[in-house]
Amino acid sequence: MEIDREDGRTPNQLRPLACSRNILHRPHGSASWSQGDTKVLAAVYGPKAGTKKNENAEKACFEVIWKPKTGQIGKVEKEYEMIMKRTIQSICVLTVNPNTTTSVIIQVVHDDGSLLPCAINAACAALVDAGIPMKHLAVAICCCLADNGYLVLDPNKLEEKKMTAFAYLVFPNTTLSVLPEGSSVAEGEPVEHGIITSVTHGVMSVDDYFLCVENGRAATASLSAFFRKNFQQSSSKAG
Amino acid sequence: MGLQDSSQDLSTEMEVDAFRRIFPLRFFERHLSESLRPDGRQLGKARDTIVNLGLVSTADGSALAKIGSTTMLAAIRMEVMTPSTDSPDEGCIALEFHMPPICSPTVRPGRPADAAPVISKRLSDTILSSGMIDLKELCLVSGKAAWMGYLDIYCLDADGALFDAALLSAVAAFSNLQIPVVALNDNGRIVAITGGKDQDNASITEKEAVNKEKRKLTLKNIPFSLTCILHKNYILADPTTEEESIMDTLVTVVLDSSDQMVSFYKSGGSALAYSSAIKSCVELARKRAKELNQILGEMDID
Repeated sequence: MEIDREDGRTPNQLRPLACSRNILHRPHGSASWSQGDTKVLAAVYGPKAGTKKNENAEKACFEVIWKPKTGQIGKVEKEYEMIMKRTIQSICVLTVNPNTTTSVIIQVVHDDGSLLPCAINAACAALVDAGIPMKHLAVAICCCLADNGYLVLDPNKLEEKKMTAFAYLVFPNTTLSVLPEGSSVAEGEPVEHGIITSVTHGVMSVDDYFLCVENGRAATASLSAFFRKNFQQSSSKAG
Repeated sequence: MGLQDSSQDLSTEMEVDAFRRIFPLRFFERHLSESLRPDGRQLGKARDTIVNLGLVSTADGSALAKIGSTTMLAAIRMEVMTPSTDSPDEGCIALEFHMPPICSPTVRPGRPADAAPVISKRLSDTILSSGMIDLKELCLVSGKAAWMGYLDIYCLDADGALFDAALLSAVAAFSNLQIPVVALNDNGRIVAITGGKDQDNASITEKEAVNKEKRKLTLKNIPFSLTCILHKNYILADPTTEEESIMDTLVTVVLDSSDQMVSFYKSGGSALAYSSAIKSCVELARKRAKELNQILGEMDID
């Protein structure tokens, strides 16, 4: 009972991932992240002194600037900026560098579906490259629901248009460290099952949403593994 | 209020207002441990909601929605326009959410608030994707003329849960909307009929010929939303601005009248949403949707 996808992928299969860090010279951290044909470039400058006007001076502040591939900046870009800013604020340790501003600039190189998750992943890689202290990484994925109720992960642009509903989900990445048993469990569920950010479009039933969340969680395991492998490779080259 | 003995709990020595300003999180947590909030509400209870229709006489549909102190004024103006070639028999809705400086001390003139374009986009996404309005109803002459609705929502008082109040005012404005009567005149252009004058009966479009009265849109699958705060083990429904500024994890659930989820919006925040929290938020949203449905139902009967 499989749904046929145009590029021959199974419903739970992600597109080929590619990540390169430290590609730009001027920013303190930079990364390029591509999922299939969707490619996003992220650059991090900071921490710089001073916070913006209405921000809390006892914590580090983040600002996100989203540059689309073409066209002027409108409400869509502002919404993406706000979602990314709040997601980044929740994964970074804000008390280490108080009264500073870190800028994350996102440049869309090509949009072929699942753009916001790609940008969030790129931003995480860039933040790691810049050495910004973080609690854990944010791993983002897009799940969509087709008419006949089938779930598809990581759609491309054509698939996104045909779907009745889709959800962008961001989870914390799995922590593989030497912790005593049971310490990474909160309320009976492991920490990596919590949702950091969720944005949905289109109407779906509550059960379908829970199904999206479960499938998304399962897929983040492979994304986390990709992150880990990618970072280990470059640090072993440097070290 | 004077010097405190450092070994005593400061809260017993200090005035309540001072404690509320200086230690806001502890002030709230003291209330939460008793399952109450500073304004006396239960954790899962929303504030008193009032909806008034038809306040703006120059608009084709208007509504004022108040949830607690948060006040939103929505007004719709209809204009005739040429539909696009990819959807020749569909009209269009343009939604704009404004936060004028009157609503909050953090909004200054000349510089639009950060939240305004985000809420504006979320509202238009929610209303269009919920299927509440059938755009084909807004068509006049296929391919040549269709209605364009300009919906403007003004925030008059921003006291938390802006999205909920804005969505409620938009839905109420649509239920109050009366599409003006128009006719096709000799030049093939649409003109508005004022009063009950007879125009060329032969060239009146078939929809208006059926009833000369102004007509209303049919609204199906009306979306209702509830914003909650997640803080440790507590879920607080319908936060005020003070609560939103202290506890930063907001979750907005939008359900429609057939119990489908139109949107589950959580944007960062220090608390993570586990399945149990999601289920509780959806339950609270269901109850709230029933309450709001009742309030809107009472409005329509009047």
